[in-house]
Amino acid sequence: MLPESNLKISIASGKGGTGKTTIATNLALAFAQQGYDSTYIDCDVEEPNGRIFLKPKIKKQFNASVLVPVVDSTKCTLCGECSKACEYHAIAVLGKSVEVFSSLCHGCGGCLDVCPEDAIEEVPRTIGTINHGRGMNVSFYEGRLNIGEAISPPVTKKLRELSEHSQISILDAPPGTSCPTIEAIHDTDVVVLVTEPTPFGLHDLTLAVEMVRELKLPFGVLINRSNIGNNKTIEYCLRENIDILLQLPFDREVAEVYSRGEMIIDINDTYKNYFNSLIQKIKEMVHHERTNCN
Amino acid sequence: MRELIVISGKGGTGKTSITGALASLANKATLVDCDVDAADLHLIIDHSVSKETDFIGGKQASINEQRCTNCGVCVEYCRFDAIKYSLHQQNENNKRYWIDKYTCDGCGVCVRHCPENAIDFNEVISGKWYLSHTQDSSFLHAQLGIAQANSGKLVSLLRQQARIEAEKYNSNLILVDGPPGIGCPVIASITGASYVLIVTEPSLSALHDMERLVKLTNHFNVPVGICINKFDINTDISKKIKEFSQNKNIKKLGRIPYDLTVTEAQLAGTTIVNHESEKLSKEILELWENLEEEMKLKQNFKV
Repeated sequence: MLPESNLKISIASGKGGTGKTTIATNLALAFAQQGYDSTYIDCDVEEPNGRIFLKPKIKKQFNASVLVPVVDSTKCTLCGECSKACEYHAIAVLGKSVEVFSSLCHGCGGCLDVCPEDAIEEVPRTIGTINHGRGMNVSFYEGRLNIGEAISPPVTKKLRELSEHSQISILDAPPGTSCPTIEAIHDTDVVVLVTEPTPFGLHDLTLAVEMVRELKLPFGVLINRSNIGNNKTIEYCLRENIDILLQLPFDREVAEVYSRGEMIIDINDTYKNYFNSLIQKIKEMVHHERTNCN
Repeated sequence: MRELIVISGKGGTGKTSITGALASLANKATLVDCDVDAADLHLIIDHSVSKETDFIGGKQASINEQRCTNCGVCVEYCRFDAIKYSLHQQNENNKRYWIDKYTCDGCGVCVRHCPENAIDFNEVISGKWYLSHTQDSSFLHAQLGIAQANSGKLVSLLRQQARIEAEKYNSNLILVDGPPGIGCPVIASITGASYVLIVTEPSLSALHDMERLVKLTNHFNVPVGICINKFDINTDISKKIKEFSQNKNIKKLGRIPYDLTVTEAQLAGTTIVNHESEKLSKEILELWENLEEEMKLKQNFKV
């Protein structure tokens, strides 16, 4: 049951530290080991650490930038129209000059539009980098937000534009349910929500479920560290009619292997089988979605 | 008044469990949960909500179908690719434009360019924030709406409200549970804070994330201390973390062994300190005493 077209799978969670990167990197590798062209895309651009696991050799680097205004003081009459138009408070008339607060600028071009003197030009300002390479037979992409920058979605957007999709693309999303996460998961074919069966895990899972339902994306839940905590996560999934794609038990060996930056499917066949069954479940889900839609 | 922010870079290192434990030890600390995307502190802090308020994050554009002539001018100006169209069922040349609210950045550019004045631009409710009370203090928390932006603005609002509450009740410490990452809500959480506690764990990922976070705290010039949670999962990496912090002149204020007590306390809906088990209490107390010392809390209290 090979997917006919390219398949984009995003890995997300409300709560941080539930195991998104572990699942995403191991899943990308498991697909590669089954003979698929597999691409891993690290969209957690604030804290990308997929590279610790896939250990890619970086071959290409690109800049991610936003366009910010530069004011020509010889033309500017300090009328303040630019400042009035800016919803982000990124440009203001202060005394006898116009100040641009670059880190607040979203690059919408509004100030440029409204300037009656044509005194504003735009220049690109680099806010992050995109790295591309290959590791463990998986094509690797990551976005890296420069430290001190507040706005990450433009980096993720650029990352997704640049990533060449192969048969299988795994997108590793940042934690949360707001704009950086949406930028990573929108337009993917299926979302795997990684959670753990604890009160924090369940609370944040319900928010993540609300998010993917709102975006109308097909999704399933993966319960990581399934042998700690309680049964409430399973009960919730049953009640809400949500597919549980995999329950991955916790043991100290997994934690140690993870801590060293190694792949858990290499521990033994049991773990390899967990990921192969996850692949199977995902394929069934996609098949189901695609036949339902046609 | 001092303000302590607990952050981690990487998610899931134990920020909330440790913040909760510190809250149980601190006398009358005003509590804030700045992880507005996925707030969890309220699950282990006994509290009652006193006031619920809508949070207005920003504006959003929406097309008024009656006035829109489907000219498509707006599409050319939108830098966020938020204006989409669907084809009319009967006539394929007949496009209908609409704005994807999840992609709209709220810049207002399309509004100004629309020749028909057909784009509305209104403030939207992007979440809720709560003023709650615990047995001895105030607790500020929030829930950002699903798929919303402006988390930094909500974080700043919570911190501002916390200062008002702390003054009102003569609380000398504001204790903040921070968000993961290094972006917008984290920057809003740490700017102008008195002290940052980084909760990390011994994994290469957490170490990598902490290195980025320390660059950020240096950038904003906030003093930092660290606590290594689950330090015994990988003692080699714990050693590396220690070396890293020594090189950066960052004080190690505590270390906590891996223990299921943390999960058990969470399941019981309480903090590690208030949980019946005596485990970890020594380590948490040591962390708290070191923090008191570092932040000069006692002196501050006398003044």
